[in-house]
Amino acid sequence: MDTFKKLKQFYWPYRKYFFGSLFFLFFVTAITVVYPIILQLTIDEVVAKEQYSLIPYIAGIFIFLMLVKGVATFYHQFLGDRFGVSTVYALRDALYKKLQVLSFKYYDNAKTGDIMSRLTADVEGFRFFLSFGFAELIRIILLIVISLSVMFYYSIPLTLVTMAAMPFLIVVVMKFEKVAHPAFRGIRKSFGKLNTRVQENISGMQTVKSLSREDFEIGRFSNSNDDYRKNYISTSELWAKYFPLMEFIGNVCAVALLAFGGYLVIDGSLKPGELFAFFSLVWYIMGPLMNVGYVVNMFSQAKASGERLREILEEKEDIVVKENAIKEPIKGHVTFNNVTLTYTKDDDSALKNISFDAPPGKTIGLIGGTGSGKTSITQLITRFYEPESGDVLIDGKSVQEYDLKTLRNHIGFVLQESFLFSTTIRENIAYGNPNATDEEIIDAAKRAQAHDFIMDMPKGYDTLLGERGMGLSGGQKQRIAIARAICVDPSILVLDDATSAVDMDTEFRIQQALKEVMKGRTSFIIAHRISSLKHADEIIVLDDGNVVERGTHDELLKLDGAYRRIYDIQYQDHDTIMNAVN
Amino acid sequence: MASIKGNTSEKRHLKRFYYTIDQAIEKPFNWKQIWRLLVYLKPYTKTYLLGAIIAMVVSTAVRLTIPILIGKAAFDIAIANKDTTLLINLVIIIAVLYLINYIANYLRIKWVNLLGQNVIYDLRQHLFTHVQSLSNNFFDKRSAGSILVRIMNDTNSLQELFSNGIINLLMDLMTLLGIVTILFTLSPKLALAVLVVIPLMFYITTVLRRKIRRTWQEVRIQQSRMNSHLNESIQGIRITQSFTQEKENTEFFNGLNTDTYSAWIDATKKSAMFRPFVEMSNAIGTVILIAYGAHLIILGPDAGGIKVGTFISFAFFLGMFWDPISRLGQMYNQLLVAMASSERIFEYLDEKPNVDEVENPYEFDKMKGHIEFDKVQFSYDNDRIALHEISLEMKPGQTIALVGHTGSGKSTIANLISRFYDPTKGQVKIDGHNLREVSLSSLRKHISVVLQDTFIFSGTIMENIRFGRPDASDEEVIEAAKVVGADDFISRLAKGYETEVEERGNILSAGERQLLSFARALLADPSIIILDEATASIDTETELKIQAALRRLLKGRTSIIIAHRLSTIREADNIYVLENGKILENGNHDELMKQKGEYYELVRSQFQMLDAM
Repeated sequence: MDTFKKLKQFYWPYRKYFFGSLFFLFFVTAITVVYPIILQLTIDEVVAKEQYSLIPYIAGIFIFLMLVKGVATFYHQFLGDRFGVSTVYALRDALYKKLQVLSFKYYDNAKTGDIMSRLTADVEGFRFFLSFGFAELIRIILLIVISLSVMFYYSIPLTLVTMAAMPFLIVVVMKFEKVAHPAFRGIRKSFGKLNTRVQENISGMQTVKSLSREDFEIGRFSNSNDDYRKNYISTSELWAKYFPLMEFIGNVCAVALLAFGGYLVIDGSLKPGELFAFFSLVWYIMGPLMNVGYVVNMFSQAKASGERLREILEEKEDIVVKENAIKEPIKGHVTFNNVTLTYTKDDDSALKNISFDAPPGKTIGLIGGTGSGKTSITQLITRFYEPESGDVLIDGKSVQEYDLKTLRNHIGFVLQESFLFSTTIRENIAYGNPNATDEEIIDAAKRAQAHDFIMDMPKGYDTLLGERGMGLSGGQKQRIAIARAICVDPSILVLDDATSAVDMDTEFRIQQALKEVMKGRTSFIIAHRISSLKHADEIIVLDDGNVVERGTHDELLKLDGAYRRIYDIQYQDHDTIMNAVN
Repeated sequence: MASIKGNTSEKRHLKRFYYTIDQAIEKPFNWKQIWRLLVYLKPYTKTYLLGAIIAMVVSTAVRLTIPILIGKAAFDIAIANKDTTLLINLVIIIAVLYLINYIANYLRIKWVNLLGQNVIYDLRQHLFTHVQSLSNNFFDKRSAGSILVRIMNDTNSLQELFSNGIINLLMDLMTLLGIVTILFTLSPKLALAVLVVIPLMFYITTVLRRKIRRTWQEVRIQQSRMNSHLNESIQGIRITQSFTQEKENTEFFNGLNTDTYSAWIDATKKSAMFRPFVEMSNAIGTVILIAYGAHLIILGPDAGGIKVGTFISFAFFLGMFWDPISRLGQMYNQLLVAMASSERIFEYLDEKPNVDEVENPYEFDKMKGHIEFDKVQFSYDNDRIALHEISLEMKPGQTIALVGHTGSGKSTIANLISRFYDPTKGQVKIDGHNLREVSLSSLRKHISVVLQDTFIFSGTIMENIRFGRPDASDEEVIEAAKVVGADDFISRLAKGYETEVEERGNILSAGERQLLSFARALLADPSIIILDEATASIDTETELKIQAALRRLLKGRTSIIIAHRLSTIREADNIYVLENGKILENGNHDELMKQKGEYYELVRSQFQMLDAM
């Protein structure tokens, strides 16, 4: 119940719908039980005693009750649904808001698929229980209690005989729930596997085709397909076993009713109409009983779902904005003082005592192998992570003093993976600056050398990009990502391996354009190619979180160290060819 | 004409994303398609289908018999005449019938599911196998997600139709017919009176339900739009936070959430009306039964009236009406959805691979790797020509480099060698055989393509390398990894070759992935190897290692290298310089440098740029 208590803020505001639904439920259930009683009265009072003048009254009462029931059924269901849907609305809004503010640290360990299944399946499970499960539980109890009372009122011995098989039914129902649950999970799991298999096959189709592995893939698919079929069939075996059995137990009750009830009628201690009413009442008890297991199950699932939702809602926000945070525009003077960064406690530090100073107008180049800490440095400037020790200062003040929005608004970031959203090219470029005018957008695109290829497309800036920017080459995506960063008119620009897929002459032109844009501002360039960063004011060579060399291109070449080695590899034939050329 | 103008306003972010929904909704009924679907039942007609039908007939008959036994026999004869023996006999008969019903139900459920699952299995297998045979241009035009939806979801939505649908249709028709017949036999007058509710029930179950379903469709569309956004917003969260668009996105999401909410409220309102309508129609039937039935009982059997037992039987049967009618209505709706799904499935099945094999194609047993292009012309779409009458020759064992800007036709030449496409004019020959006349799998078995992005399948590293040749032994896999220098980093992993990797995982760096693909290619032991920008996304340290691996990989094979970097191109035996689908010049590095042509310019400008940067 703890889960439901903790999530109270989401459903309690809508409690009036819930109680309204319960109110109408009471009428629905009561009138349901009245139905066999009316039939009994017709048979015993009207027909047997030949009091035909009662017929219009009975019919009138019946119609009136059914009308009431109709209205009550409508409101019971509608209000119940509304309760669930409203709660889900509030819950989703809260979840989304939370997901927006959770830090990189959270997303480093989270899988998109897992978060998605919480946002869809778990929210739905929770809603279903609120809308339907809880009221259903009450309905079952009400129906059984009222029906049993009526039956006892008619005949105690007959009720006892008829209900003799009930415990068996309960045992069977409970047993079914126990085996059905894992079986359903088995189906879902094998379906998931089949899904992954197909998805992988399609995404890797290029590889499959070039290695001519279609038959091999068909074989693997057959296995998964067969596995799913087997799982499904073995589960349907359970249905085949249990559902007819449940029905059979109910039928046994009916047979017992007919035998003993028939005897009682012959005996004269029971009226025929009462016996007839029993036939309906028996199913009012059996039917809901078969559902009990399902509802109980739903409850435990809703609880589990609620817990998974709470995990997101209660996740700690580790990047917190201080009160009275600075909101003044920043100039872009970046200073690192002995900064150490550790992502997870047991791991080796990603950055070890890094210090440097980058006044406005300077360009800093970062180079080093994978995992050397290049990206980590830039992500501390934007405060995506907090350093373990040391200070990251901007304009002489710690980044923690700034309002996050102010800080990040002044930093144009081009991430390694150039993720584009499902929208037009125009909106993608304006993403960080929704107020950008068309002129600003086009200007940014021109500087990123993207304008020409955009205008070559039939719809130009209105071209829709879908599914991770489909239809664009890697280099084109990178150029749009660069335009997006330029469009926010940043004081600090970070290019994290941003031109790797762009060919050399385009890169050259981008760099020329950026030089002009970044006059008086600070730039950080992460690259593998020496050519991308050789013009930087300071190049920092990183290895395993340490600064191994630093200086300008020429200084570093003279050092004859790591940088020189990289240079030699990339320029191995430079001189010979240049000689040949000149 | 490309457009430049767009909207700029304060509320712009509220319309910032577009999501198109590719989902089956419903299609009009189509007999041809039904027949085409029914073909999949054929292998099971004499087994599961027949068995299920027999079981269904038995249980329906039992269900129809019992109310008569209870009403007519037990109430009217045994109880009315105080005949205890008859009552006991009836109880026994009914008990036995219920037992038969139990067994029949068991068999029906079992066979029906066997039938449905096998049919869906076959259909999905057929679809998947067919998709594998389709050519590149099929995949060029479609996103992976939309293909996935058809193979998985569209087939699944036919599952219900093939398992319960068909049998239920027969069962419900039989039940309805049975009830009507029985009622008319018992009392034609009362039957006529009571049956006036049937049209009402049909109306509710078809028209009302369809309206309800439409509103739910709207909910589903809104929901998938919302889910698309959720998915994207999680994947793009780093971008969003970099550009501090959290608040704007939250507002955008709130719009989606509100739309979903309204659609949902509308749908629940409509569907909450369903049950009251059903019950009202039932109530009308009951009132008729009470009023008119009582009247008939008073008249007595002799004056054209009925007995109490008949009345009771009627009451029972009236209760049994609703289910079959409701299911028939549902079935109809289900069919419309199935129409949409099956149309989408057949659309794929009707798709022909556009590189087709001739009958009795030539099988490459061994391939020398002698490639010839004879006046080859090619265009992807009819409007733009990618290659203009190109002729070239690549001799066995040679390393050939293709140089040129994006769109110059380099990758197209590579694609034609693997026969991912057919030339529009001219011939591509390997070892003298026109590629149109050779078997695709024997051709591609001898060609390995290494792309810029290496696709990693989920599984162990061992399995990923073995993808190049499924029958390779563990030793052979390890040997291949050693030759290309991948063994070093693999052995350093805690689980070595048994490490589980996946496409989106970050266990492997770009360079390591590339080494895996080299090992894969080496294991396949091809005669021709194509490297399409294979080293572009690799850092310098790794590239050093790879260069050595590359030399080993290329040794003794015809190799085609597409690259920007001069270092890799320089050593080629022959360099082709391409522009706009034409060969400008060719020769080795020294020859081309002496010619001072396009290649010379290319080299010079690249180095000048390096110095200028």
